[in-house]
Amino acid sequence: MDILTWTYILVGATFALYIGIAIWSRAGSTKDFYVAGGGVSPLANGLATAADWMSAASFISMAGLISFMGYDGSVYLMGWTGGYVLLALLLAPYLRKFGKFTVPDFIGDRYYSNTARTVAVICALFVSFTYVAGQMRGVGVVFSRFLEVEVETGVIIGMVIVFFYAVLGGMKGITYTQVAQYCVLIFAFMVPAIFISIQMTGNIFPQLGFGSTGAEGTYLLDKLDGLHQELGFAAYTDGSKGMFDVFCITAALMIGTAGLPHVIVRFFTVPKVRDARKSAGYALLFIAILYTTAPAIAVFARTNLIETVNDQEYATLPQWVENWEQTGLLAWEDKNGDGKVQYYNDKNVDFEAIAAEKGWNGNELSVDRDIMVLANPEIAQLPNWVIALIGAGGLAAALSTAAGLLLVISTSVAHDLFKKQIKPDISEKGELIAARIAAAAAVVVAGYFGINPPDYVAAVVALAFGLAAASFFPAIVMGIFSKRMNKQGAIAGMITGLLITIFYILKFKFGLIGSDSPEDWWFGVSPEGFGAIGMVVNFIVSITVSKMTSPPPQDVQEMVEEIRIPSGAGEAHDH
Amino acid sequence: MDNKTPQAYWKRNLSYLTILMGIWFLVSYVFGILLVDQLNAIRIGGFKLGFWFAQQGSIYVFVILIFVYVRLMNKLDKEFGHHE
Repeated sequence: MDILTWTYILVGATFALYIGIAIWSRAGSTKDFYVAGGGVSPLANGLATAADWMSAASFISMAGLISFMGYDGSVYLMGWTGGYVLLALLLAPYLRKFGKFTVPDFIGDRYYSNTARTVAVICALFVSFTYVAGQMRGVGVVFSRFLEVEVETGVIIGMVIVFFYAVLGGMKGITYTQVAQYCVLIFAFMVPAIFISIQMTGNIFPQLGFGSTGAEGTYLLDKLDGLHQELGFAAYTDGSKGMFDVFCITAALMIGTAGLPHVIVRFFTVPKVRDARKSAGYALLFIAILYTTAPAIAVFARTNLIETVNDQEYATLPQWVENWEQTGLLAWEDKNGDGKVQYYNDKNVDFEAIAAEKGWNGNELSVDRDIMVLANPEIAQLPNWVIALIGAGGLAAALSTAAGLLLVISTSVAHDLFKKQIKPDISEKGELIAARIAAAAAVVVAGYFGINPPDYVAAVVALAFGLAAASFFPAIVMGIFSKRMNKQGAIAGMITGLLITIFYILKFKFGLIGSDSPEDWWFGVSPEGFGAIGMVVNFIVSITVSKMTSPPPQDVQEMVEEIRIPSGAGEAHDH
Repeated sequence: MDNKTPQAYWKRNLSYLTILMGIWFLVSYVFGILLVDQLNAIRIGGFKLGFWFAQQGSIYVFVILIFVYVRLMNKLDKEFGHHE
């Protein structure tokens, strides 16, 4: 069977599964809708959290990104996993004990202030919309590439599916579809990786394979370092970012991960405090399977690519090169007219002389990083069903994350804004209807952004992490670990953290305020890493302001003591 | 540590956190970033050690840390009668 038939079968079967689960797990109450009734087992919650967290970007783009960044790509690997340690140790158990539905709930109650609640809602909405636009785009891209339909049609099919299980099933529907989606996406990611690892190194574990020897008996990483140097790139295992910048980006991603509302809310769905701890462990274990394989794929794909194309006659290149040229992800331009492909670092000034000596006239091959995962099975000549599997896996990754984000948006609107601030006397049934309408509206808005993606999607992701790190994380941590922290301190901290991070990113990422040259970066920190600085500023401002103002009321201090002790967590409640 | 007060429970929790967060910082920020060049002089098979910590080792340690924390806290909960 050809690839297209296989893709239709696999994508059709997985979609039927998701819809079946949605019908089976309809939400009957707001508690079902917001936190899946609070009865999800730690294992299921771990699986769902892993699918929720791993987006189209983790599945499709991350290995490629690392492949082009080498050691510098470590910031994503450590940054997007280390945050779970913070979650498990510093946030999840206590928020579960607190036992409400959302992060703004906690901020609003702990800081006895609707202003704080509103600031938190705005942050939650901003972060979630930023993210969801990228996911819907991912759905469209996968559809167009694997099912040969227009991107727009793909986005609309994706919207219908998400609409079905997010609006109908709420958190309950989303949780159990995410469990299925994790299984699909991890299988789709691992099968090609294992095949390629066996082909290139004879080792069945990709995690070990990229540290072992290839066919010629040299270590794969040494070979790749050598290839890189021959072509004027920095050695793969060395990297070229400044150390302090790498430090800050890693910190911003870790802390941002721990502060993302769609991840935090998953820990409200388990029955007990100890389940919250345990499910964070499971979640990271399941995430780690993909995250430890990605750097191996990066090395395999990078080596394969360089060896296949560099200094080869264009006419003799394998078929997949032509296939991917048609999609525009790969492009070759014969600058020196010798009929051969030259792929090297033409930005490296020191390398110019060597290139000129060889008669090279600039880099001739442009490669989209996504190709490293998408084309990998073809490059390794794997069977058609494996290639089709990548499509189903990419869709599972994008849809599961989109659904989780849409739920945060609808909860923020229906619960935190409508129920808590505008119309507190709304009935349970009315609130459920409001939540469904909000979810439906959010699907439509997300779909719109998927079809008409703003140019700045990639840039705002930095903003989403920066904002989560600079606003939510310090406010929640101090809310648990400091009884003395009061509303003045927390609000002042969140607002300064937010403003300074927004300012920095607008200045250096969008070039809106004065010079955006990297030479002017404060302490050499890139906009991606600035969330870490924003967080420090938040902590300093909060502590200073709270020292100068009166301590929080007695009942709030008692509440803090209460959430530190796990017993009697009971069920999530609504008053 | 004889009296089973909430304060004593919290103190023990904080001391676990300090140790575990210390290891978390050590394997990622120290081994994977700050000392990466020094550690890269040591090799395990095809991996330079610093590079391995940054792209593999730190992640394994993160997973282990959470499960160790789960165990420690379950034991502590039982000891203090907070077991659910």
